Amino acid sequence: MTQARRIVIAGAGLAGLRAGEALRDGGFDGELTVIGDEPHPPYNRPPLSKQVLTGTMDPDRCRFPADRIQATWLLGTRAAALDRARRTILLHDGRQVPYDGLVIATGRRARPWPGRVPPLGVHTLRTVADSLALRRAVDPATRVAVLGAGFLGCEVAASLRTLGVATVTLIDIAPHPMPGLGPEIGARVAAMHAEHGVRLRLGTTVARFEGRRRVTALHMADGTRIPADVVLIALGSVPNTEWLAGSGLALHRGSVLCDTHCMAVGADRIAAAGDVAAWPHPRLSEPFQVEHWTNAGDMAKAAAANLLAAPAHRTPYTPVPTFWSDQYGAKIQSAGLFGHATRRTVVEDDPGSGRLVVEGDRDGELMGAVTVNRPRALIGYQRALAASPAPAA
Amino acid sequence: MRIEFDAALCDAHGQCVIVAPELFDLGDDDDAATLLDPQPGERLRGQAQAAADACPAAAIALAAADKLPR
Ligand SMILES: Cc1cc2nc3c(=O)[nH]c(=O)nc-3n(C[C@H](O)[C@H](O)[C@H](O)COP(=O)(O)OP(=O)(O)OC[C@H]3O[C@@H](n4cnc5c(N)ncnc54)[C@H](O)[C@@H]3O)c2cc1C
Ligand code: SF4
Repeated sequence: MTQARRIVIAGAGLAGLRAGEALRDGGFDGELTVIGDEPHPPYNRPPLSKQVLTGTMDPDRCRFPADRIQATWLLGTRAAALDRARRTILLHDGRQVPYDGLVIATGRRARPWPGRVPPLGVHTLRTVADSLALRRAVDPATRVAVLGAGFLGCEVAASLRTLGVATVTLIDIAPHPMPGLGPEIGARVAAMHAEHGVRLRLGTTVARFEGRRRVTALHMADGTRIPADVVLIALGSVPNTEWLAGSGLALHRGSVLCDTHCMAVGADRIAAAGDVAAWPHPRLSEPFQVEHWTNAGDMAKAAAANLLAAPAHRTPYTPVPTFWSDQYGAKIQSAGLFGHATRRTVVEDDPGSGRLVVEGDRDGELMGAVTVNRPRALIGYQRALAASPAPAA
Repeated sequence: MRIEFDAALCDAHGQCVIVAPELFDLGDDDDAATLLDPQPGERLRGQAQAAADACPAAAIALAAADKLPR
């Protein structure tokens, strides 16, 4: 696809930005258009549950420097449909944007609660507007319930306690927080939240929301009632791919299914990157997706390079996935496919310094590791995983 | 080439050490990464740009005169 004159990037987040930069770095000097439905140029999301929520970072400081690429930015504009036969994207306002090459980077949004919720007091967190709305909704006396104790819910609970919100309840159906990281990390994270005064309600779920206009409480499946003025739904995310319906692109659990080159399966001119993409990993039998920061940038660079390359010159994308989460100053980090390990081993545990290192293996093969307050060890694992050859799954 | 590193912004997770091992280092008890060479040779331009892109705290930048034209 070296002859592309018009490349369009759908989605103006981290992956969209890095794809644009990599296209220019890779020598693409044609027309570049970036379509983003948020009114802002690309900005950084991790601070939204941390420094922006606690008020220690001005939201303007989250903005990425986007002046490095020459592009037409169609912001506040949603891609509504993809017509592959005519190689055109239809925008929600009826305009049409033609392309020779396309990068899909429309990311994900918060998964909504499946049942009825009162119109006021129930929040999700994905955008800068969401973060500011949540911050405005709380004061020290507000009773907050956080539904879902994954990384987002845990970070918000920690930030709210840091803000001085007295009553924060963290709820999950799993027996420990950060369920994806296993019981050892979960026990540590639970202890941290308990020590900081968060009320943990684990192994139970919400039966219904109370409140007609404004939420007043959660009724739990075990019959108890948790009074709440504000509820944050933090139950994971769903891919923004509705606009691809009818395009014929293959989806895997709603995410754009790519080959190992980040190219949408069966489409030579279309790549995908970041939270919206799924692709095969040599160690896994099923396509997987990574909803973390580092992958969005790395995959976007790989996708852009492969979109510019002739098919025979494309490079497989085989990253060591990594992510971090900050809670009360503790650094929780993960490298590799820890969730796919069949055995976990605690190799270091020092409650005094807060250090904890857990390795995960599958039949003796190192799959990944999670560390708390051990960035040096995590770097070591990341290097070891990058160096070990990946066998066929 | 000159690298600008703002240690006050650094969250000390070490992404820069992974992508630019010749330019950054980090110990377990460090509050911030250490920039090993603020004015490295051209050979390390790729590592420097990768570190700037990989830093979630935007603590690393190439000095304006050194930015690649995009
Ligand atoms: C509050 C929060 C905290 C986080 N903290 C961490 C962390 O500590 N560590 C970590 O590793 N990861 C963290 N993440 C995850 C990380 O931010 C994401 O992995 C990353 O943002 C993914 O980038 P992306 O560009 O793929 O998608 P997104 O950031 O979702 O960007 C996609 C963009 O496309 C837009 N879009 C969607 N549909 C359309 C359409 N049809 N037309 C036009 N535009 C569209 C979206 O509105 C959005 O602006 C956090 C995420 C959140 C929300
Ligand atoms: S990547 Fe950025 S925040 Fe992380 S250690 Fe390096 S300089 Fe600090």
